[in-house]
Amino acid sequence: MISVADLTKVYRMGDEDVPALAGVSLEIGRGEYVAVIGPSGSGKSTLMNILGGLDRPTSGSYRFEGEEVGEFDDDQLAGFRRRRIGFVFQSFQLLPRLTALQNVELPMIYAGAAPAERRARARELLERVGLGSRMGHRPTQLSGGQQQRVAIARSLANRPDLLLADEPTGALDTHTGEEVLKLFHELNADGLTLAIVTHDPDVANEAHRRVAFRDGLIVSDERSAA
Amino acid sequence: MRFVELIRFALGAIVAHPMRSGLTSLGVVIGVAAVVMMTAIGLGAQQRVTSAISGLGSNLIIVSPSFQRGPVSQGAGAGMSLRDSDAEAIARQVEDVAAVAPAVTTRAQLAADGANWNTRIDGVTPDYLVARDLVIARGRMFDEREARQGKKVIVVGPTVARELWGDTDPIGRRIRVRSVPFEVIGVLESKGNAGLGQDQDDVALAPLQAVRSRLVGRRFRGDTIQTMYVKSLDADSLDRVQEDVTNLLRETHRIRPGEEDDFQTQNMASILATMQAAVATFTVFLAAVAAVSLVVGGVGIMNIMLVSVTERTREIGLRMALGAKRSDVLIQFALESVALSMAGGLIGLTIGVLGALGVARLADWPAAVPPWAAPLALGFSMVVGLVFGAYPSWRAARLDPIEALRRE
Repeated sequence: MISVADLTKVYRMGDEDVPALAGVSLEIGRGEYVAVIGPSGSGKSTLMNILGGLDRPTSGSYRFEGEEVGEFDDDQLAGFRRRRIGFVFQSFQLLPRLTALQNVELPMIYAGAAPAERRARARELLERVGLGSRMGHRPTQLSGGQQQRVAIARSLANRPDLLLADEPTGALDTHTGEEVLKLFHELNADGLTLAIVTHDPDVANEAHRRVAFRDGLIVSDERSAA
Repeated sequence: MRFVELIRFALGAIVAHPMRSGLTSLGVVIGVAAVVMMTAIGLGAQQRVTSAISGLGSNLIIVSPSFQRGPVSQGAGAGMSLRDSDAEAIARQVEDVAAVAPAVTTRAQLAADGANWNTRIDGVTPDYLVARDLVIARGRMFDEREARQGKKVIVVGPTVARELWGDTDPIGRRIRVRSVPFEVIGVLESKGNAGLGQDQDDVALAPLQAVRSRLVGRRFRGDTIQTMYVKSLDADSLDRVQEDVTNLLRETHRIRPGEEDDFQTQNMASILATMQAAVATFTVFLAAVAAVSLVVGGVGIMNIMLVSVTERTREIGLRMALGAKRSDVLIQFALESVALSMAGGLIGLTIGVLGALGVARLADWPAAVPPWAAPLALGFSMVVGLVFGAYPSWRAARLDPIEALRRE
């Protein structure tokens, strides 16, 4: 599904060029569950941003289902994110003004879904993540674990091909973190492709494949026997 | 992405901070209210000028002796170039003339039944009523014969009647005008208080010959007139009558081609047009001053929108991550600014209309809120919202989603 070849990303900081990715090649197949690990500044977040269509590579190729994403313009990237990608963030990134239900509806609004249709889908997703009784609550009325589950429901709204999670358990305690990981497992079992950035070994061990970064390069890529 | 949804996003953000939104709109509220009020007051002034000037008589040409021009005084006899014979000639020779009314005017003290009043006395002929669109309310006007003979009868305006006799009927009463006795034979109908600060009812009419010989004194030759009111049959013939009158007078006064007239003619229609243009200029000036506050209101909106974009950077980043196009973000924020501005415009329009009506009531000023005030106010506030929302919206749309999401 994903084919990355010799990808580089260079940031300009003042007068200096800082390389974040120094030539990365990676294949991710449909249905895989990948953990991307490595110290901060190793380039793993940069890769995730490029995979998610939030950033463009400086050079190299990023093909998604055969399409060269690296050559998309802004609007095409927006469409790519909307249709193909679901994001889960460390800090949940829910809009505080909106209820859980409205937060889950948001991506579907941008996709142009009819109100009745997207409401039904949002309910279904919130029930799936175990928040059927909290749909009218605002983020401030929910615990961290519940907020992250709302965010996961939101990431699934437009039936993405790839779910990208950046330290999804980083702001949660161990117990609620485990609940979130369990949810990821179920989603992956249903066929969803997952890529999770983490530096928590316990989280990484939940995945079926671990890709380790250092200084902008992949230093190891191992699969568990799962 | 549907436009309706973007409108809902925009309104949602406005409703989320009612206090801030209200204060942001306040500048536009004040600006629009000021523009509406100033326009209404200016148009009221225009109506007032129109009714005041048309109150002088319609289709009217006023002929008067030339004022001296140039550094050299022209001495005795100047300003007395019009004679009875001129009026007669015009009445005889110019076509489409409804009335020719020669007149002399003076101010005099009136005394009757123990009361005193100082007023304007016009020495006129019966045609004066036709020329000036005056109507007799009670009694009668003196006729041609009385006018020619200089009979000492007088027709008074309602103000004079009230001041001298109160509610008592003045017909048949005796009145002394500068100690010359006159008999009151009629009272004019009120013209209303539509004058330019002048009470048009504060006047008395007496036969031309009587006023000339008894009141204005020896300064005048026996057949001199000060003003001649020429009324044309209708508005279409007004300009032609004015031209014919001018030509005729030049001929009878033996003014050679190239020489300046010793009289002047004023067409009421052109005076009205000039006055209206002056008031319109004034109105535009007032509205322009008021519009400055509208601009200040727009700057207020821009200021808050910039703050709002900064505050909601993460929201913008998130919306982009969820698939919002840059244009979606741009339109959302532009709509927010337009909605704020138009809400202010609507409230300002209401306040402006009420304010204009209030001023009209308190200051006895005609309220003239034009029908186009509403679309204009809303249109203007929309433009203000668009113009001053453009930069903040552009800033929002230009954000880098990664940076935006990372912002705390």
